This record gives sequence, structure tokens and C-alpha cells, in this order.
Amino acid sequence: MARKIKMIMAKPGLDGHDRGAKLLARICAEAGMEVVYTGLRQTPEMIVAAAEQEDADVVGLSSLSGVHNYFFPRVVELMKQKGMEDVLLVGGGIIPEEDYDFLKKSGMGAIFGPGTPTTEIVEFIQANVRQR
Amino acid sequence: MSVDYAAQILEGSHRAAARLISWLEDEDERAYECMRKLYPHTGRAYVVGITGSPGAGKSTLTTALTRVIRKSGLKVGIIAVDPSSPFTGGALLGDRVRMSELADDPDIYIRSMATRGFLGGMAKAAADVVRVLDALGKDVIVIETVGVGQDEVDIVGVADTTCVVMVPGLGDAIQSMKAGIMEIADVFVINKADHPGSDMLCAEICARLDMDAQLRERGWVAPVNKTVAVEGVGLDEMWLSIESHRKYLLDSGRFYDNRRERISREALRMIHGELFRVVREQLEQNGRLDAAVEQLMNRKLDPYTLMRDIVTDWLSSSQCKRRRDEDTQS
Amino acid sequence: MFEDKVLKKIKADKEKWERGPLAKSLSKSPEAKPVFTTISGAPVERLYTPLDVDDVDYDRDLGYPGTFPFTRGVQPTMYRGRYWTMRQYAGFGDAKSTNERYRYLLEQGQTGLSVAFHLPTQAGYDSDHPLSMGEVGKVGVAIDHIDDMRVLFDRIPLDKVTTSMTMNAPASVLLAMYLAIAKEQEVPWEKVGGTVQNDVLKEIICRGQYIYPPRHSMRLTVDLIEFCQKYVPKWNSISISGYHIREAGSTAAQEMAFTIADGIAYTQACIERGMDVDSFAPRLSFFFNAFTNVLEEVAKFRAGRRYWAKVMLDRFKAKDPRSMMLRFHVQTGGVTLTAQQPLNNIIRVALQTYATALGGAQSLHTNSYDEALCLPTQQAVTVALRTQQIVAEESGATDTIDPLAGSYYVESMTDRIEAEVDEYIKKIDAMGGTLAAIEQGFIQKEIQNSAYRFQKEIESGERVYVGINKYTMEEPPPSGLLKVDMSVGQKKAAELAEYRARRDQAKWKAALDKLREVSSTDENVMPYVIEAVTAKATVGEICDVWRDIFGEYRPKEYV
Repeated sequence: MARKIKMIMAKPGLDGHDRGAKLLARICAEAGMEVVYTGLRQTPEMIVAAAEQEDADVVGLSSLSGVHNYFFPRVVELMKQKGMEDVLLVGGGIIPEEDYDFLKKSGMGAIFGPGTPTTEIVEFIQANVRQR
Repeated sequence: MSVDYAAQILEGSHRAAARLISWLEDEDERAYECMRKLYPHTGRAYVVGITGSPGAGKSTLTTALTRVIRKSGLKVGIIAVDPSSPFTGGALLGDRVRMSELADDPDIYIRSMATRGFLGGMAKAAADVVRVLDALGKDVIVIETVGVGQDEVDIVGVADTTCVVMVPGLGDAIQSMKAGIMEIADVFVINKADHPGSDMLCAEICARLDMDAQLRERGWVAPVNKTVAVEGVGLDEMWLSIESHRKYLLDSGRFYDNRRERISREALRMIHGELFRVVREQLEQNGRLDAAVEQLMNRKLDPYTLMRDIVTDWLSSSQCKRRRDEDTQS
Repeated sequence: MFEDKVLKKIKADKEKWERGPLAKSLSKSPEAKPVFTTISGAPVERLYTPLDVDDVDYDRDLGYPGTFPFTRGVQPTMYRGRYWTMRQYAGFGDAKSTNERYRYLLEQGQTGLSVAFHLPTQAGYDSDHPLSMGEVGKVGVAIDHIDDMRVLFDRIPLDKVTTSMTMNAPASVLLAMYLAIAKEQEVPWEKVGGTVQNDVLKEIICRGQYIYPPRHSMRLTVDLIEFCQKYVPKWNSISISGYHIREAGSTAAQEMAFTIADGIAYTQACIERGMDVDSFAPRLSFFFNAFTNVLEEVAKFRAGRRYWAKVMLDRFKAKDPRSMMLRFHVQTGGVTLTAQQPLNNIIRVALQTYATALGGAQSLHTNSYDEALCLPTQQAVTVALRTQQIVAEESGATDTIDPLAGSYYVESMTDRIEAEVDEYIKKIDAMGGTLAAIEQGFIQKEIQNSAYRFQKEIESGERVYVGINKYTMEEPPPSGLLKVDMSVGQKKAAELAEYRARRDQAKWKAALDKLREVSSTDENVMPYVIEAVTAKATVGEICDVWRDIFGEYRPKEYV
């Protein structure tokens, strides 16, 4: 059996705008991935626990409420503590370009702003995901 | 590979268990060495199956039931099975959404699993995952599936106690009867019991059970529980029903019989699967399959003779012997 | 609308035209696309003629402004009497900085306030709750208790402005604070005007700021409506919202259909409470989106007005014409804004504003061009407000009522949208009503499928989006974005600790105990919520009382 990319799609914080997260979940599944959708109101701890239990290769974080600079690095940090550095982290939502550098330096694999074609995101994941 | 996953799993590492399950899902060779080491440490956990039609509220029920089980200090493993897309091979696994509140309890392990189309069958894959969670130290393992296809019915065969979930107003009882799901239920659950029609559904099921009881002698009559899972109502009673079924199984000796039968079935299925794989691989590699199919098409050969020839050839072949020798050495 | 003789001639002439000039032109140069559709994916014909509106009956289907079926508008004079209320949704940081923004906006000619609360308040958590980490003051103002509310409306007379509050699950708590502040300002409740969103169904469908299971949420919703009907007669006790349904990806017709389905559910719930339909229905208000396809939006608003009037008359047997009026607020489409070439958004918002004016809205929020990047800066907010003023006072759109009536295209599309709405309502009825349709995920799935279709159209280039899939260009990263001070969270947490310590503990506890007691009965909770906020209970504390009693809602997610 060919291995499949396993992805966690999570909405950190209280933001309820999940149109993008759900769309991307659906499109990644169509690209052959197994996508675990966690739903809204996820704390960094919940997201990392899910990634660990599901042995996720990729974790997607979507934020439209401006909390990315708080949440994303926190998820990265918890992943590091658990020795999960090989998990690819990607973020999206309303994130100003001026924050990209900070987020990437803190350990995010990529940040996708509004209007990014989903095909670009899928290709990025396929090209950068770990082997296990 | 220097990491000893089996040892880590026995120490309770969720991460190691997660990786082993991935290998099992991928049918990756690395899994089997590890599974061999874990096998002696399995057989301890109690396995509960939860099935029912889409929209019956199974995930919510599983979550609420888990909360009840956790009250008694038992550790819980959850396997939530969703179908893979036959077209893309991908899957959207959404059961975790309703299980969010369980996510950071270190004594709960939740794994979403897609049906994929495993060579060895979904039941084997599920049974393997159950063993991993068992070795991980979970006391109760809950398998949740949508009860519509054969895959799902098979998975439930892995459970000690099977709960069939229905909701009023969906014509559920009739549908499930057709699908043969009524026959596998050890416990019935009418979820969303605050909706209109729940009394009628209850009556329907009871009538069916009465009819059944007249047809054959049964030591266990499935109790019918009413729950409102979203509000946490009726879950204590549901857990009691599961526990009394467990007690019945143990007292009557059925527990031992069922497990023996299951292990025998599984072992045969594994042998079947592996033999088939090896033989097919060989036939494909040496081109004999293609040639034989050509002959079958032209009616120069019949499949009955082919079957006999292949089995005879293979059993006497050097390759077969070599495999035997290897196994005795190791 | 036309006599048979006339129609017959038109039909013949049209066929002649199709065979002649049209066929000739098409043979020389074909049209750019085989099929034309609106942004909602609805088909658009080459040409509309009287043939497309032959079954429109003027008196039955259009009538006159301020009279049934209100297709042309809810007031007899519409904008010739008074423009729509220009109401910019605003709020960020703490109460003090938001109060400054409000007073600036009022000075600039804004005519009503619209409070954006930060997410913790919307989800019923105090600023120091673990789930509030990182969120405090981010997408709105942090309001934890009555002292915050007092600062928020400092030097703003509540009898002079109307205020809209985007507040749903904890709506009664924030309204209670507002009413308590009105009392402090010695403004009688009969004179207090405004709106509270109070629409939990759409939170469950698509916006995500739910707290309690639907049944209990509906109880709180109806409590508030009932209370306002008795004591705050000028208050719009609910704003039934399609805005977020559209933002989540629905089509124009779905936006209208699902909003009306929610409206039916609330009306039904109030009637089941024992209220007379005409006692509360005049205070039901609505909230819609406006996208850039001007004509489709206008048709949507007109179809919605006509359909709602019929629902109230036929289904609920309303007698008061005011019960049948679909009065609505509009916000321009947030998802239509692009982060790329953000100044283009000004044009989008202008078109959307024009659609809203032609569609006969009662109030409007125009988005700022930088909102796909961050919270709006003062400059962007000003441009947004000026856009409304230009459309209202320069464009001429406001000079006559329902100016697009009689357009073959618009009338035909109005009919089509109304028919689609009707089809959805029938389907939802057959499922057992709106709550059942939501529980089965029907509404959510319909919306998500539309969102998916739209995304595919954009990515295939089939639908043009300027700056996204066509006319793209390299740009320097935007600068001068509004940043919310990250320290608001810490400040609020410290301030909350002090607030809790220095309040009258006995009074506070008694008020919460009483609220707990009443909430388990059928009694209206509103008076006790007002007691509790006055006794300095916080938003989170009050919501926790209900969490204990009602439980928390966990959505079924449909992806």
C-alpha cells in the first residue's frame, strides 16, 4: 500500500472563519491526502496532541483574527518540546507579509496569504513533506 | 532503525504508537517486527464497537461515553474510522471535531483512520490497531464506524461489545434491519432521544427483539438505551449496559469462546493474506500469470487445473523451502 | 406586464433579430464565453425583453414603496426622506481607544455606531481566560464588564445615537450593560434605539461564535426579544444575518434563502413562547452582504423583501404591515477584498455601496480597502465612509425609489432568486424545519459546495478576479498597517483581577445565584442579567452560569 500524506487542519484560537480551512481540507483530500479536520477553538496543546496521536506529516494552521504571531510560534515550540521537528507546519489566513519572516524564523515551513492558489499549497506540501 | 518502538509503546508513548499505526496503515514491513514483540502484551483491553448510520451522532456519543469511562479511571483508546474516497484515495476525517475536549487528556488516545482498501481487509487493520492501543496500556478501546458497508460490519467483528446507534425520525430501524446490523447488536442506543419519535423507535426495536427471542434461544437480550449525547444524558446507563454485557460474556464463557474464534479467524486470514501475497508476487514476477491467463482466455487451460498445479508446484518449490528454513533460523 | 398582442410581436421581432443581425454578428465574431454567469453561478442570458417578465403582475408583484409586498422598498419615501444610516463597524484594543474612534467617526458625519467586540467577549470568555490568550482586543474591543461599557460610551449620548452590537450567544449580557449605562445617563429605555445581532443559528451554521446547544440558545434569544418588546420598544431585538452565510461561500440566493429560513425559525419560536406575531415581528431586522455584481445584489434584496412579506402574511398570519417589512443592514463583502493591489478594493466597495443604495437598505457598513491585510487604519475607514457619502449625495442613486424596477433583467432575476429561495424553504420545511436542516448539516453543506465551486472557478481562471488571477503584478509589501498593542491582554488581565477584588462580593454573589436559579426555570432571564451586570458580574461569569446549566455546543463539522 502506498503511503499517504496525513495532514491536520486546525483553527487555533477563537476565530470562527473556517471557509478557507475547510476548502483546503477538501482540496488536500482530493489530492490524495488523509486530512484530519480538528474544528474551531483549538489551543496549541490540542493541536500538538492531535498531530502526535495522528502521526501527522503536515499541520495546517488557519487564522484570520490576527493572532498568528502568538499562536503559530507556540505550536512550533510545543512540537519542538515533543521532538516533532520533522512535521511540516504551514499557515494561512489574514497574515500581513511583514510577519512572514518572523513566522518562518520561528519554524513555520510556509505562510500562504489570501488569494494563494490551493494548487500551490498542495504542491508545496507534497514537495516538502517528510519521509517516515 | 535504532528506535525500539515496541519498548516505547509498552512504556505508554503515544508518539511511538502513532508511528507504528502509520506503518500498519501503509502495510509497511517495519510494522510486523514490532507487532511480534507487542503481541504477548495484548489481549487485555476491552473492545467496544459503536456503529450506526451517518448522522446518528456516533462521535458525540463516543466522546460522551469516553467521559463516563474516564470517571472510573480507565484509560481509553479511540479508533474513528471514516471512508476513503474511491476516486482520489484521500479522506476527510472529521470525527476529532466533536472529540476536541478529549484532546489533551494524556490517558486518551484518539486515532482517525481511513478505510483505504487494505489488502488484508479493514478488519485486520483495525484488529492490528486495537492491539497497538492495547499494548499502549489503554483499558477500553472504542471503535467508531459508519455502519453501512461490509467493511464497517467487519470492523465491528473486532469488538467484544457492539453498540448499534439509531436516531428517531430517520427510518433507521428499517434500514439497519436490511443491512443486517440488528443481528450484530449487543447493546442498542437510541441517541437524540429528546427528538419526537424516540418512543416509537424503541417500540420497534423491542418488537423485533421479541420476535427474535421466539425464533431462537439467546442468553443475552440486547438492552435498549436512550441517550442525548450532546447533553451527556443517558451515558452512565449505556456504560452500565456495556459492563453487564461484559459480565455476561465472562460468566457464560462466551468471552473466551468469542475471542478464540476471533483469533482463529484472524490467524487464518493473515495466513491466507500472506500466502496469497507471496504467490501472486511470484506469479507476477516470473510472467507465469500472464501466460496462464492467456491460456485461460483461449480455453487451452482451465482454472481448476491451474489452481492445483500452482499450489503443488509452489509447495514443492525451493523458494518455499528457503522461506521455511529462514523462519526456523530466526 | 404586457398585453398578449404586444408580446407576440416582440417574440416575432426577437426571433427575426436572432436570425438576422445577431446570427450575422456571431458568425463573424463569436462571444467571449459560451456561457455567462453571475458571481453566484446563475446563468445570464444575452438579452432580456418583456418576454422574460411576461408573468409579472405589477400590483401583485411590485406594488408601491411602503406597501405589500414591499418589493420596491419598505418606506414610502425611501432615501428622499433620509439616507440610510451610515454605520461603520469598529472596535479594537480597549474601550478607551475604541471610544476615541467612535467619536472621530461621529464627527465625520457617521450617523450610527456599530460595536465590534473582540472574540473572547463574543464567545463568552473574560480577557484573562486561557482561551482568550492572544485574542484580547484583536478583532474588536475588549469588554469584560460594565465599567468597560461605561468607558466605551463615554461622552456619547445614548438617546442621540443608535448602536448596533454584533453580539450573539451572550447578546443579553451586552444589551444588559448597554441598558444599564442608558439608565446611568438618565436616558429612558423607550428612547434607546439600536440593534443586537442575537442570531445564534447562523453562528452554528457558519460563524462559529456559539456557546450553548441550539435549544438553550434559542431560549436566550427569545428571552431578549420578549424583553425588548415590553421595555425597549425601539430596539431591534435581533438581526437575522445572511452576511456571514455569504462570506462562508454561499450564492446570493442561498444567502437570502437560509437567512429567511432562520427568520422563520425565530418567528416560530417567539410564537411558541406565546407572543403575538405583530407584537415582535416589526422589530425583527436583517443583515445582508453586498458583492460586486450590482444587478444580482439588487435583485436579491428585492426578492427577499417580497418573499419575507409573503411568509409573514401567509405562514404567520401577520396583520400589521410593519411585521412584513424586511428591514436590513448591509455590509459590503469582506471576502471580495483582495490583499493584492489593495487600492482596487475601494472600487469594489463603491460598486457594492451602489448596489446597496439601489437595493433599498436601511443601514450600511462599508469595508475599508486594507481589511484583507489587517484591521482598518483611520485613513481607510475615512475613505470607506466617504464612499457611502458620495453614493448617497453625488451619484443620484437616492433620488428616486427602486430605480431598477422594470428592468427586464432585474425583474427576471428577482423572480428567479425568489423561486430559488422558495425551493430551499420548501426543502427545509420537509426536513423538519431550520434546526433539523442545520443538525443534518444540509445548510452547511450547501454553502460549502458553493464555496468550493467558486474556488475552482477562480483557480481555473474561468472567473476573473482582478489582482488574483488576472492583471497581477509584483508589489512591495504593504506598509503602515494598524497594529493592535499586544499588551492589551496583560493590562486587561491585571485590571480584571483588581475589578473582581474590589466589587461588593455579597451583592455580586447574590445576583449570580439568583440568575442561576431563574435560568433553570422558564422565567425570562433578562431582568436578572441586568441585575448581575450592575452587581459587577463579568461576561465570562454570567456565561459560565449558563454553561453549567445548558452545557456547551459542539458542532458537527461538515467539510
